[in-house]
Amino acid sequence: MQANTLSGGFADPATQSAHAFRSVMEAMARPGTIQDIHGAAPPAPLSPAMGAVLLTLCDTETPVYLAGDMDCDAARAWLAFHTGAPFVGPAQCMFAVGKWDALTPLEVYPIGTSEYPDRSATLIVECSELASGATLTGPGIKETATLSLPELEAFQANRTLFPLGLDFIFTCGGRLAALPRSAEVSRSSSQARAQAGAS
Amino acid sequence: MTEYNFAYLDEQTKRMIRRAILKGLAIPGYQVPFASREMPMPYGWGTGGVQVSAAVLTPSDTFKVIDQGADDTTNAVSIRTFFQRTAGVATTTATSDATVIQTRHRIPEEPLHEGQILVYQVPIPEPLRFLEPRESETRKMHSLEEYGLMHVKLYEDISRHGHIATSYAYPVKVEGRYVMDPSPIPKFDNAKLGDMAAIQLFGAGREQRIYALPPYTQVVSLDFEDHPFEASKADHLCGMCGANDSYLDELIIDDLGGRMFVCSDTDYCEARQAAGHKGKDAA
Ligand SMILES: [Zn+2]
Repeated sequence: MQANTLSGGFADPATQSAHAFRSVMEAMARPGTIQDIHGAAPPAPLSPAMGAVLLTLCDTETPVYLAGDMDCDAARAWLAFHTGAPFVGPAQCMFAVGKWDALTPLEVYPIGTSEYPDRSATLIVECSELASGATLTGPGIKETATLSLPELEAFQANRTLFPLGLDFIFTCGGRLAALPRSAEVSRSSSQARAQAGAS
Repeated sequence: MTEYNFAYLDEQTKRMIRRAILKGLAIPGYQVPFASREMPMPYGWGTGGVQVSAAVLTPSDTFKVIDQGADDTTNAVSIRTFFQRTAGVATTTATSDATVIQTRHRIPEEPLHEGQILVYQVPIPEPLRFLEPRESETRKMHSLEEYGLMHVKLYEDISRHGHIATSYAYPVKVEGRYVMDPSPIPKFDNAKLGDMAAIQLFGAGREQRIYALPPYTQVVSLDFEDHPFEASKADHLCGMCGANDSYLDELIIDDLGGRMFVCSDTDYCEARQAAGHKGKDAA
């Protein structure tokens, strides 16, 4: 077992996970807002924000799918030690962790059932940036919000499944944002202009 | 000295409740099942709300508890003291100073702002329960959006009373999808549920359900074209502060049947009196 498997967890789990949860909850309740999240120092390729989200939400009752590069000895050992979460494939997971290209296509994840739409996966997506981008509307948003998304079509397709569907947490270093299944996603006017100029 | 878990609940239980809250926020108005724990207070004293508060509070919070609008009932005081002791939170009675407000049966009069969280304690989370006692059936009705019976029941009210007689726990439809029980708030408060800047979380302990309204969610009270929803209140001014826009409680003030109307929201009423507003019954 490597030294950094044992380190990098919450030093004070009760209060640090309480603060971290509030960041995640604010992000999920207000799509497009970007929140700081602190307290975790996981081994690469997990980011500090990913680490904090996983420490806050995962345990032996939450099967986790590690996608692509994230599925490595360092990440597995750290998560196993700090959360005890079992590792599974995408079809059985409650949480999926990875970069967008490794996590897609989305059809393989549980989207819940019509009587239990909550029995659906949450994808934790590490991004190279969190910034403005696509236009968001829906619950949690006063008029419109904006958030950089890896693409639009997958989220638009996910919205058509409502109340079933997947929920997303986007992490970048020590920050995060979220996109619940309820959010409507469209190209922002500046994105539309950029595309018109390029074609 | 007794060692408490932070906010009383163990970490695994809080994680489970936190996961339920996130799914609740992602599916506004849908009742997420959770494994309710025993709390050191009797059912009916808000074990659902207490568990939700325990899962969201941090030591940086300022916590307020209201019981039917009042900060000073036994129920409100005991829950406030409980989290002061177990979570180290600051407490307040001032609505605007609170970051987390736990409530039983009222929404504060003062509009809430972004960054605040309103936690409701809920006795019966299922708005269809009186129509259908079986959980398996109500769950199916929600999944199929089978809300016709609910409308029939409200309409029966109208034909019997000339208006919809339901005045508490008046059902709402959330974002055009789920019919939701807003807990036994007076229907006067229904108008505040939608487009609220704060996060609203609902916890039912005995029935083991959590549901949520993110900020700025569309919430519509069920009604009919010929009988539109009315957020009614007693047609009086507050006797203490003179407010004409607050929900009023009727008090018997002497043996001769003398009555007065006062704001149910004690913080609102006291702040108005402190600002110099005076009702006709004020000394
Ligand atoms: Zn008053």
